[in-house]
Amino acid sequence: MNEELIISGRENLMVDPQLHIWHWPIPLYLFLGGLAAGVLFFAALYYLMGKENEYRSAVRRVPFIAPIALVIGLAALFYDLRHKAFFWQLYTTIRLESPMSWGAWTLLVITTASFIWCALHIREFFPNWDWKYNWLKELETFFNKYKKHLAWVMLIFAIITGVYTGILLSAFNARPLWNTSVLGPLFLASGLSAGAATIVLASKNREERLLFTKIDLVILGVELFLIVHMFMGFLASTQVQIEAAGLFLGGEYTMVFWIFVVMLGIIIPGILDLMELRGRHIPAVIPGILVLFGSLMFRFVFVFAGQVSRWLY
Amino acid sequence: MATRRQFIRISAMGAGAVMAGAAGLRLLASELTDGQKATMAALTGRTPTYCEVCFWKCAGWVYKDERGSIQKIIGNNEDLNCNGRLCPRGTGGVGMYHDEDRLRKPLIRTDDRGTQSFREATWEEAFDYIAEKIKVISAEHGPECVALFTHGSGGKYFSTLLRALGSPHVAAPSYAQCRGPREVAFQATFGEALESPEPLDIRDTRCLVLIGSHLGENMHNGQVQEMSDAIDKGATIITVDPRFSTAAGKSKYWLPIKPATDLALLLAWINVIITEELYDRPYVEKYTYGFEYLKEHVKNMTPEWAYGITTIDPTVIRETAREMANASPAVIVHPGRHVTWYGDDTQRLRAVAILNALLGSWGRRGGFFRTETFELPEPPHPAYPTPKRSWRTEFPDLYKMADTVLANGVCDATVPDPTRACEFQAWIVNGTNLMETLPNQENTLKAIQALQLLVVVDTMPMEITGWADVVLPECTYLERYDDLRVGPHRKPQIALRAPAAEPLYDTKPAFYMARELAKRLGVIEYFPFETMEEQLDWQLKQVGSSLEEMKKIGVKTIDRPYDDLYFYPDEDVEFYTGTGKIELYSLAMEEAGYDPLPKYTRHEEPPEGYYRLNYGRAPMHTFSRTANNPNLTDLMEENSVWVNPRVAKEWGLSTGQYVHLMNQDGKRSEFPIKVRVTERIRWDSVYMVHGFGHQEKKLRRSYGKGASDTNLITRVLVDPIMGGTGMRGNFVTFITDLAGEEVVS
Amino acid sequence: MRYAMAIDTKKCVGCSDCVVACQTENNVPIGFCRDWVVEVMDGTYPQLEIELRSERCNQCENPPCVRCCPTGASHVAEGGIVLVKPNKCIGCGACIASCPYDARYPHPKGYVDKCTFCIHRVKEGMKPACVAVCPTKCMYFGDLDDPNSDVSVVLKKRKYKTLIPEAGTKPHLYFLI
Repeated sequence: MNEELIISGRENLMVDPQLHIWHWPIPLYLFLGGLAAGVLFFAALYYLMGKENEYRSAVRRVPFIAPIALVIGLAALFYDLRHKAFFWQLYTTIRLESPMSWGAWTLLVITTASFIWCALHIREFFPNWDWKYNWLKELETFFNKYKKHLAWVMLIFAIITGVYTGILLSAFNARPLWNTSVLGPLFLASGLSAGAATIVLASKNREERLLFTKIDLVILGVELFLIVHMFMGFLASTQVQIEAAGLFLGGEYTMVFWIFVVMLGIIIPGILDLMELRGRHIPAVIPGILVLFGSLMFRFVFVFAGQVSRWLY
Repeated sequence: MATRRQFIRISAMGAGAVMAGAAGLRLLASELTDGQKATMAALTGRTPTYCEVCFWKCAGWVYKDERGSIQKIIGNNEDLNCNGRLCPRGTGGVGMYHDEDRLRKPLIRTDDRGTQSFREATWEEAFDYIAEKIKVISAEHGPECVALFTHGSGGKYFSTLLRALGSPHVAAPSYAQCRGPREVAFQATFGEALESPEPLDIRDTRCLVLIGSHLGENMHNGQVQEMSDAIDKGATIITVDPRFSTAAGKSKYWLPIKPATDLALLLAWINVIITEELYDRPYVEKYTYGFEYLKEHVKNMTPEWAYGITTIDPTVIRETAREMANASPAVIVHPGRHVTWYGDDTQRLRAVAILNALLGSWGRRGGFFRTETFELPEPPHPAYPTPKRSWRTEFPDLYKMADTVLANGVCDATVPDPTRACEFQAWIVNGTNLMETLPNQENTLKAIQALQLLVVVDTMPMEITGWADVVLPECTYLERYDDLRVGPHRKPQIALRAPAAEPLYDTKPAFYMARELAKRLGVIEYFPFETMEEQLDWQLKQVGSSLEEMKKIGVKTIDRPYDDLYFYPDEDVEFYTGTGKIELYSLAMEEAGYDPLPKYTRHEEPPEGYYRLNYGRAPMHTFSRTANNPNLTDLMEENSVWVNPRVAKEWGLSTGQYVHLMNQDGKRSEFPIKVRVTERIRWDSVYMVHGFGHQEKKLRRSYGKGASDTNLITRVLVDPIMGGTGMRGNFVTFITDLAGEEVVS
Repeated sequence: MRYAMAIDTKKCVGCSDCVVACQTENNVPIGFCRDWVVEVMDGTYPQLEIELRSERCNQCENPPCVRCCPTGASHVAEGGIVLVKPNKCIGCGACIASCPYDARYPHPKGYVDKCTFCIHRVKEGMKPACVAVCPTKCMYFGDLDDPNSDVSVVLKKRKYKTLIPEAGTKPHLYFLI
């Protein structure tokens, strides 16, 4: 028999008996951040491809979700901080080795960009909008002139926003479940698919909906591939990784992952999307909601399960 | 030692360091957490003390933070008891001071005993109440019917009070509930008892034999330190224990002996050492009496014979005996401390003493050294009156070799008995939680209910306080002066205890309490000094020191008058026995009607489905005293019952599961206890750490946590020789169905 | 200058004095600890082996906690000791998740706390509180770059191991076995 135990009564809050330092605010932010990233990516992409009138929802309307999502996400992050009064320290330095530092600055940029982008398209919702003050009107003119530059900035920073959270988690070698380089692309894919799903949900244009359904389907396929790839990687890796994978292959997170994340969040909406593309009319709400739900659950499951995975006793 | 060098460097740096430190502090300030800043501020200004958490009394320094609150306690580098390093209980002593559950005001009972109904009282009220009752009892029954139970520094003052009144009945449970059999056995063999701390030269030994002693889990500070030194020097450790103790983990030989058979092993060792002529011949010839009788006695007690009883392989018995003899005279067969196990403990300790004598370890380097103590002048007082009666008259033919008052004897003699001339009427209990100390709680309660007066002096609302008529809240050792510690050791030392802080709440030192009672009982002349401060200064000035000096140094070492730590070669040592020699064959015991040589007797074994209840210590706790200490509960807040995996499988038990234990008399544990399934315990026993399962709700941190072994010790195996209460004759079974009971967590 | 600590598992008795001493020295709040004691048991009765270890932050040379800190509150100070500047810490908890040894904990005041090798004592020429109090004297502390320091001397004499070397953290806590 082998016993390995702490005999000095260690009971550090949120660390013992199992690490649980990150609760619901973190996966919530990850979801909202990924969603915003996806939405802004497509907005910028199709603007730069000159399709802003063909795909009005994608480029002009759906982006309004982004600042809301980002603000709520940032609020959740702020709420999670234990030393809130010093949050501004994040912006006194940039630490290239810390993905979280990247994230802090990236969020600053993308949130600002998303607000500006929405400001530029405010007349989609309020046709008679008047900025009133001169300096605001001048800003509008300025940004309209450099809209292409803004779009490029948004495009790049959307990708960074989508991928950095995965990189952040994958940089934790202490948590074997996260320590895989697949996680970055996987988070990005998940975020993009959430964005695409939102566009399908919100769009009133059938062509737009079909396009983004196609895009969504492809991205879901990529996601599925990455997930399978990730597990293959775990099982071919070291003991701690095999144990970490075990959490989803018979362990406590098996059901919730394969049913909520994979089945409901990827496979079923994928099938529904396929059927839609083959002509069977599916109410767009269903795959859309499922994809968003799957994206959210994916982050919850991964953040919680990752804290369970460990090297030690 | 590295710490000594460091310490001297710091004290030499002096004022410069403080200034440099202050400057450095500013630089460091942004780096330090609040806690560290407080520590830096507290580096100057410390108070000397000696610890009261256990009986070892390590001397140390108390540091306070910038707000004047007690922050930490560090060992005094000059102290031979601790060498500058306190044990976890001593380090955690701050928790005793900060514990919010401390007793705060004197309490007087308002309803029936045990209903826990008290009212707060002033000290005057409380003293008047007590004094009145004692006067009445003294007049009706005689002052001898007032008894004191004590474990701690306060006992000195209440003892003076009682003796001044004419009562000889000062009982320390540490005798018959703990080390008593050992003292009697060694007294009978070598002519002197072992006392505390034991004079074991562990740091220079080449072979340490631990038989039922779990050094490292019991935290006899100096001994654990010296065991570590011995390990460094390559000493061999032989551990005899049915449980794989920490010491067993460091032993060259671990003998997983069947419980209750140790005496057979000891006799077999003696057999091997005599048969193979491995004993220290010149030593035995010069210093011992009765060798031939011993030789004859152990003739047939071969390792093969012992194998059948102990399950220890005869080869191992021979090998370990040879190992011991090889190391002779630098070998110690450790006498243990809590040795009240099965009722034949005096005889078992006699075998230990005999074995040591054969190996020539008594008085030799690496064995038992000769302690030296120091006489401090007693404050002048009139002679104590001669008591007219003593407890002995109630037990004329029993416990003939006990030389101090038995706590259980007093307890038994309190329970009303028509055949007895009189009973004890009043108890003063100081610093000992009798409910957890004395086995057979039912008996203790019977005695308590028969008392006319029960006064409990304690710092915490321990179980015994709930039964008191008057509860007097004592301040902790960190808040008072006490008698100087003058303990026997390699060199005599005096240690000062000075208060580091004012007593919290309305607590007072025991000296004050005893003195106030003495005033009211007309024996104030036995307390000539009004404050301990005065007394200490007077005493110290008599021996060439002063309170001022002691406050600065904390510990003063006095040189031995002679360089006689060990026997000189060929020294004509006279032992304080009848024959003047080490009595392998004890004439004193023979005279008293007991076996002069130890005989093995078989003890009862657990019935089917039951397991022997073994208990012991954890290094972060002591007695039941520390279970509520915040710093120490942080380390261990409840005990667990160790169960062998084979047994666990049979019962379907898993680690972390809570079960009740029930003993052979049907007594069920008050609270459930957590199971630890481990290979470290034998399949015929279970093991738990003593001191948990508190039933007193006022102990908010420890109430209901873990289970109490004392709860389950209803069968007491009394040693007929000196009255020791053997507590390892109880067997328990598991009750796995908790019937919806909520576990306190 | 590289500070390191070596703990002799053969002498450690698991008394946890190091834990209490650290608590009183550094005002570690009740309910939290910067160091802890681990017992490892192996075998079947009576062929048993036990190892006792006093663990704490390993003051790694390649510290993942410093890497992931977004504000630089977690930093490497002199002697290679990893420290946290409380007023730079935002309490995000990333460093707690990044430590393979679970050495950090969230202090009730909001910042993240852990063992500091008692740098405030070391600067004064004293040993860390745990090393100074250990009754078995099984803990050694010093500068690895000084061949005469306690820790260098003992590491030359004895076999030792570190914890989870494969995590690549290059710990400075050695266990003599």
